Amino acid sequence: MAEFFNMGGYAGYVWSCYGLTLAVLLGNLWFARRDLASQVLRATRRSQTSGTAGDAS
Amino acid sequence: MWLWFYKLASPPYAYAVAAKLRPWLLWSAVILMAIAAYGGLVMAPMDYQQKDAFRIIYVHVPTATLSLTVYIVLAVSAGIGLIWRIKLAHAVAAACAPIGAWFTVLALATGSIWGKPMWGTWWEWDPRLTSELIQLFLYLGYMALRSSFDDTQRADRASAILAIVGVVNVPVVKYSVVWWNSLHQGPSISLTRESTITGSMLWPLLLMLLAFMLYFAAVLCDRIRAEILKRERNASWLNAAVETTAARA
Repeated sequence: MAEFFNMGGYAGYVWSCYGLTLAVLLGNLWFARRDLASQVLRATRRSQTSGTAGDAS
Repeated sequence: MWLWFYKLASPPYAYAVAAKLRPWLLWSAVILMAIAAYGGLVMAPMDYQQKDAFRIIYVHVPTATLSLTVYIVLAVSAGIGLIWRIKLAHAVAAACAPIGAWFTVLALATGSIWGKPMWGTWWEWDPRLTSELIQLFLYLGYMALRSSFDDTQRADRASAILAIVGVVNVPVVKYSVVWWNSLHQGPSISLTRESTITGSMLWPLLLMLLAFMLYFAAVLCDRIRAEILKRERNASWLNAAVETTAARA
């Protein structure tokens, strides 16, 4: 097991690549979700404040 | 078939389809990534030259490939939007940009980390590395240009032209290792010739590539929906669609 994590002495390079990739993949997912949630919220507010048609601004 | 395309190009339908597809795409991506990572990190044998450091290939090649594939999707969508004036196509193009930019950052970062032990340097002004850096600037330029317009339609048209012109860089990145004497190694996988990488090392790579494409599609679903909401401010169908999403969230 320790041998696996050691990656033949390249542990720092290999695991930092995988860690970085995982972090960016999760970040991307989260940013997209957050963006969508804020747009949904804005659209909901628009529809509530002005009946069916949303505001023109 | 064409009818289905027309239907898909309508924002309400696309919004609903994107919402339905996303979990399937995301979970299949997660499962395939886990299998491919196991295959690449545990099952694949050590490379005789690069030892275990070669295992970086399983994150570096998919992100680098996607940095170009996403750009092609972006430019083709922008072109379709420009020629046939389809709003949804512009929305897809705009939705691609941040995802592609992040893949490019990852490709550069993992390549740099891989370069240190193998080439002895983090960075070299080599054709492959330089053209990939230009790729990042293309994404950033595209996004900057979009945000400089208040009017969405003008932003769509201007950024579409930039996106289409920028396509010239895609073959430059791809063939840079063939055209010039590059520090970067040549391609190991090929559609036309036999791959120069052994099967037990190859299948995790191809599987990882597929997983990254599914992941891209999943994130794209969310980004497209956000873009549609930004654009369809006054549409009455939005109220119903938004209420069902809000109820689920």
